[in-house]
Amino acid sequence: MPRAPHAPLHLAVALDGAGWHPAAWREPGARRDELFTAGYWADLVAEAERGLLDFVTIEDSLSLQSSRYAGPDGRTDQVRGRLDAVLIAARVAPLTRAIGVIPTAVLTHTEPFHLSKAIATLDYVSTGRAGIQVRVSGRADEAAHFGRRTLPGLPGQRVEDLASAAGQELLNELFDEAADYVEVLRRLWDSWEDDAEIRDAATGRFIDRDKLHYIDFEGKHFSVKGPSITPRPPQGQPVVAALAHASVPYRLIARSADVGFVTPHDADDARNIVAEIRDGQAAAGRAGETVHVLGDLVVFLDDDPAAAADRKASLDERAGAEYRSDAHVFTGTPDRLADLLQEWAEAGLTGFRLRPAALPHDLEQITRRLVPELQRRGAFRTAYEAGTLRALLGLPRPANRYAAAGEAANAAVSA
Amino acid sequence: MSKPLKQIHLAAHFPGVNNTTVWSDPQAGSHIEFSSFAHFARTAERAKFDFLFLAEGLRLREQGGQIYDLDVVGRPDTFTVLAALAAVTDRIGLTGTINSTFNEPYEVARQFASLDHLSDGRAAWNVVTSWDAFTGENFRRGGFLPQEERYSRAREFLATANELFDSWHGDEISADPHTGAFLRDARAGAFRHKGQHFEIEGQFNVPSSPQGRPVIFQAGDSDEGREFAASDADAIFSRYSTLDEGQAFYTDVKGRLAKYGRTHDQLLILPAATFVLGDTDAQARELAHEVRRQQVSGATAIKHLEFVWNRDLSGYDPDGPLPDVDPDLGEHTIARGRAQVRMYRDPLAIAREWRERAAANNWSIRDLVIETGTRQSFIGSPATIARTIDEFVQADASDGFILVPHITPGGLDAFADTVVPLLQERGVFRTEYEGTTLRDHLGLAHPATLRAAS
Repeated sequence: MPRAPHAPLHLAVALDGAGWHPAAWREPGARRDELFTAGYWADLVAEAERGLLDFVTIEDSLSLQSSRYAGPDGRTDQVRGRLDAVLIAARVAPLTRAIGVIPTAVLTHTEPFHLSKAIATLDYVSTGRAGIQVRVSGRADEAAHFGRRTLPGLPGQRVEDLASAAGQELLNELFDEAADYVEVLRRLWDSWEDDAEIRDAATGRFIDRDKLHYIDFEGKHFSVKGPSITPRPPQGQPVVAALAHASVPYRLIARSADVGFVTPHDADDARNIVAEIRDGQAAAGRAGETVHVLGDLVVFLDDDPAAAADRKASLDERAGAEYRSDAHVFTGTPDRLADLLQEWAEAGLTGFRLRPAALPHDLEQITRRLVPELQRRGAFRTAYEAGTLRALLGLPRPANRYAAAGEAANAAVSA
Repeated sequence: MSKPLKQIHLAAHFPGVNNTTVWSDPQAGSHIEFSSFAHFARTAERAKFDFLFLAEGLRLREQGGQIYDLDVVGRPDTFTVLAALAAVTDRIGLTGTINSTFNEPYEVARQFASLDHLSDGRAAWNVVTSWDAFTGENFRRGGFLPQEERYSRAREFLATANELFDSWHGDEISADPHTGAFLRDARAGAFRHKGQHFEIEGQFNVPSSPQGRPVIFQAGDSDEGREFAASDADAIFSRYSTLDEGQAFYTDVKGRLAKYGRTHDQLLILPAATFVLGDTDAQARELAHEVRRQQVSGATAIKHLEFVWNRDLSGYDPDGPLPDVDPDLGEHTIARGRAQVRMYRDPLAIAREWRERAAANNWSIRDLVIETGTRQSFIGSPATIARTIDEFVQADASDGFILVPHITPGGLDAFADTVVPLLQERGVFRTEYEGTTLRDHLGLAHPATLRAAS
C-alpha cells in the first residue's frame, strides 16, 4: 500500500556508544569519559524527547564491540565495553514522559521468561513506552561466553559467508528460534488477562486464577510453561522490533515484529524491501496488521554540507579507513536529509531510524534542525499526541489472545 | 570504659508474594506499579536505610494443582525495577535476589555490573539457589539439578561471576583523543573458567564498576548455606526470632569466618523482621492481633497446614482441631513453588508437635498457624521498638534488621518518621549517609583494596 505523499513520518534514533562512527569518541564534543554513566544516557534520551521522536533504541551485544563480523578484533582505538541495554532503558525511563524506549536483547543465549518479565517491567516503569529490539547472534565467541551451545561458525568468518549454504542453514536455524522466542514473549505478556487482579476481600482471593493462563509453548529448541510472574504490561504487548538485511530476517519481521528496521540504499531498494516484507506479512496471515518498516540511515549533519563531509573525512582519517556501514551513510544538511526522507517515504517506508554518527552532535542536529524542518513541511508531529509507544506508532492495544479464546469458548458453549 | 555502641544497619524489604502483605487493607496500593516502588525506596532513603531489598519468584505458586490465589500474586522483574529506582534515589543500596540455577554467569554478571554503573555503586546481589523441575519448566535450560548440587553450582556460579567482575581492573580505559587509544589493553575483560558446572571463556564486556563487585548477600540456613556465607558473602539473612537463637546463630556464623581469612566485620548478620507500630504498646498489640487475623484467613490456615500434611485438607474446619490423619510422606505435590515447604523437613514430627501445642493451648487450626507462623517481629510504641532493636544489636543477636512492613507501599512511612529518629537519638543509627556506595554504608572495603591487602 503506497503512502500518502505527506503523511507524517515516524522518526527514531539509534543510540550506541559515542555514536556510530568508530572514531566518534575522539570528537571535541564527545562525552567519552561518561559512556558508562547514567547521566550520559539520560541526557541523550532527554534530547531525543525534546525532538518529539517516537523512540530511541539502545544497542547491545554479548561481546565486546568489533570491526569484524565473527569475532573480536583486538583493536584499542575504538569504543569497547557497554552496559546492559535493558537496564539503561529502565534507568532513563522514569526521567522521561513520552518517548518510547527500545533496548536491544540477544535472543540466542538468553531466557525468554527472563526477557519477557524484564520488558513487561520496563513497560510498567515507563508507563507504557517499552519495546524490545530482538537480535540473534551467530558468533562463536559469544557462544563461548555461555558455554551451553556451540555454533557451527562460518567457513571464512566473514559476513559474506552467510550467502553460502552453511550460512543460510545457520541463519534459518537462528531466525526460526528467534521467531519461537518472540512467540513466547508475546504469549507470556498475554498470560495474565488485564483484569486478573481482583482483590476480592469477601472470598479472600487476590486474583481470579481463571484469568491466568499457562502458555504451554513447545518448540524445537525449548519449551516454556508459564504463566508469567509479571502481570500483563500497560501496553498489553510492548513493541517488538528487529533489524534485517536479507530475506530470512525480513521473514522474522513479517511474521513476528511490530517494527522492522531495514537498510535500503535508494528509493527503489526501499520499495523492493517493503514489498518483500508486505508479501511475507500476507503469507504469515498478518496482512491486516500494522507493521512499520523504518529505513535506517547513518547521518552526519551540519548546516553547511561541506562541514558534514569534512567532519566525516576527518573522522575517517583518524579511524584509518573510510567508514562503511550496512546502512546508507548520509552527509549533508538537515534540509537535504528531509528531502531524502520524504522521497524514500514515498517508496513505502513508514519512517526512519537515524543513527547519529557522533554523539551528541548529530543527535542535536536531528532534534534541533531536522525535526523543525520536517514540522515546517507538515511531515512530523509538533507535540506528543499520545502517552504510550504503541499509540505513538498508531498500533492498537491488542486484545488478550487468551481472553479472546475464553470468550469464544463460552460463546460456543452457550450457542 | 564501656564498649562503644554498635551502629545498626537497616534495610527495607518490599513486601512480596506471601501472606505478610495485607492486600485487603484500604491503604494497600499496587505491588506492581512503579510509583509504589518509588515511594517505598524514597521513604527508606529519607530514613537513611542501608538498602532496599527485593525477593524473587520464577514460577507462580500452586496448591492442589491450581495457581495459589489467596496472597499477592505477581511481581515485576528485579533488575529492571532496581535500575529504574536508581533514577529516583541517590544513595540507598539496591539489592536484588537472583537465582543462580536458572541463569548463566556471563549474563548475570553483566546485569549486576551494569546496575552498579547505573546506580553509581549501589548494587547488591542476594544469591539464591533452586533445584526444582517445577520452576525449571519456565526455562529453556529446563530441567533441574540434583538437590545436592545446588550449593556447588551456586558457589561456582558466584566464583565465575567474580572472575568476570575482576576481569577488568579499572585502569584499562584511557579514552585519550590525542593518542587515539580508547583501551590501554586489547585483552581487557579476558577470562577463562573451566569447572564442574561452567566452562566459558572470552572477554567480559562491562568495564569495572564503581563497587568492583556488587555486595553479596546469602540467605540459606543449612550448614552448607552458613559455610557459603562465611566464605563468600558480605551479609547473611537469618530468621531467628529470639535473642538467644539470634545470638547462637551470630556466634556460629561469625565463628566460621576465620578459616577463610576473614574478620568479624566482613560479614553482616541481618534477620528479616516484621513490625507493628502503635501509639502505645497496648495499642500496637491490639493492631498486631488484627493484622495477623488479616494475614491468616481460615482458608490461608488450611493451605498452610497442607505444606506439612502434603494432603488436601480442604474438608477441615479452620476453626476446629488439627487433622488426626498423618502427613503424606510421598513426593511433595500438594504445594509447589513455595520455600516454606522445604522448611518442614520432618513432617511427622512437625505434625505431632503442632497437635500437642494446639491441644495444650486449645488452639484451632487458624490459631495454630497464627501462633507458629510469626516471624521475628517488633510490636510496640516507637520507643519500645527502637529500644528492642538496639538491644538485639548491642547484644550481638544481629548487626541490624531487614524490615518488612505489612502494607504496600506506605507501610514504612511511620517507622521512618517515628522509630528512626529515636535510634538516631540513641546514637546507634546514622543521621546522614557518610559515603555514596552501598559498601560505604555497610562498612565494607572495595574488593580491589582487599585483593591488594592479601
